Amino acid sequence: MTNALNLFIGLAMGLNLLALASSRLPSVIRAAALQGMILGILPLLIENHFQWMVGVVAVGTITVKGFVIPHLLRRALRAANIDREVKPLIGFVPSLLLGASATIGAVALGGTLPLLPEHAGSLLVPGSFATVVAGFLLLMGRAKAISQVCGYLILENGIYLFGLLLINSTPLLVEAGILLDLTVAVFVIGIIMDRIQKEFDTLDTNKLTSLRE
Amino acid sequence: MILRLAVWLLLAPLLPGIITKVKAWVAGRRGPPVWQLYYDLFKLWRKGVVLSTAVSPGHVAGPAVAWVAILGAALLLPAGPALAPLAFRGDALLFVYLLALARFCTSSAALDTGSAFEGMGAAREVSYAVIGEAALITALLALSVQTHSISLTSMLAPPAAGAGAALLAAGLFGVLLAENCRVPFDDPTTHLELTMIHEAMVLDHSGPPLAAILHGASLKLLVFSVLLAQAVMPMESLSPLAAAGELGAAILLVTVGVGLVESLLARLAFRRVPLLLTTSFLLNLFALLVAWKGGRL
Repeated sequence: MTNALNLFIGLAMGLNLLALASSRLPSVIRAAALQGMILGILPLLIENHFQWMVGVVAVGTITVKGFVIPHLLRRALRAANIDREVKPLIGFVPSLLLGASATIGAVALGGTLPLLPEHAGSLLVPGSFATVVAGFLLLMGRAKAISQVCGYLILENGIYLFGLLLINSTPLLVEAGILLDLTVAVFVIGIIMDRIQKEFDTLDTNKLTSLRE
Repeated sequence: MILRLAVWLLLAPLLPGIITKVKAWVAGRRGPPVWQLYYDLFKLWRKGVVLSTAVSPGHVAGPAVAWVAILGAALLLPAGPALAPLAFRGDALLFVYLLALARFCTSSAALDTGSAFEGMGAAREVSYAVIGEAALITALLALSVQTHSISLTSMLAPPAAGAGAALLAAGLFGVLLAENCRVPFDDPTTHLELTMIHEAMVLDHSGPPLAAILHGASLKLLVFSVLLAQAVMPMESLSPLAAAGELGAAILLVTVGVGLVESLLARLAFRRVPLLLTTSFLLNLFALLVAWKGGRL
């Protein structure tokens, strides 16, 4: 049980690095979507006996994070005619190394934290820290608005991973609320991207720093 | 010992032949015979040496020393059921240093010609080696942590396959491709000056030294295939014959894999190569992490 769980979390941690290393926007989106889907499966693995509520949360998460949000992002990519190269502010190799050292640091940190005995052997906490840091790196290190959205999604995945520790005590309503918030946020960012595109003819957020009339 | 030496020497040129054959099959051609490199080596051995007036004796000595160094590294490796001909505590370090010595000799022999072109090839080779060697050392470190030993014979007998072994296999395969100048890193068949690394370094060699370089390259490929196979596959519990068969099958699999990679992938742009090498380094690093945490996680 814990082995399968750790395998999936390990895959999610690998996808962090894939998102940091890929130079094309569609592959960053794909990495974030795949990670969301993997995390959607996790509640089913954590629960020993099947509960319908957990099943609903899992299906909802997989649908929203794996299909709805990536679809919205791809549509924005097509509609705004963005060129597909990621523009890194932090280069690919440095961000990959930073992400990897964050992952190792997270594993080392997870070993020293006073966790509950049932969580001590799992990668949940290190995976969550590593994913949050990778999300931050994407948010800070990429100039294009779409890759920042992906960074935001990965950041949220990390927080979700942390929330899995409390899966029994979080009500369904909270999970649903988070998913709804996430979708709305992606909508809002999509509208903002559209405005940036119209105003500046580019999605490079660096342009936003220069004031003008 | 002599027999093992002969097996290493005789089997090595087979590997590039198999790779070429796989590439030819994927492309729908018949391709040169698998023995082509043997004919080439024999032909080169009979030819004379053409030397530039600028070179020092190091130009001829370089390939010879490199060849001997790679052969020494090969003798340190255990192969399937047979233990390594040379084994002592800490021979993993000597293995890394022998490979580094071979690289140093090839690139210094290239620099010796005074040709800017070969200097460029040598510069590229050693700058990629910075990450490639780090990746190799990390892989050996992971094996060492896994088995609590620094002798190759016991390091290369992994307890069981797992996530760490998968990471290590992927990482070592990347190192193998990079160290042997295979396709996503370098194209061994190209002769365009913008894309060559290894080929650029050996342009001025001819006759027996070139044969030593070619044979050394195939020997290096065999060394890395054996290292990859031994590092990942548990074969302690098998009978000697089964272990030998498994090792042979693994080497064949690696070789066919290299051939498939070469047929299906294009060569990477130069600026993307460090990223891929860093990826193999990180794969090995995570294998090290798994080995380190393995007991307690």
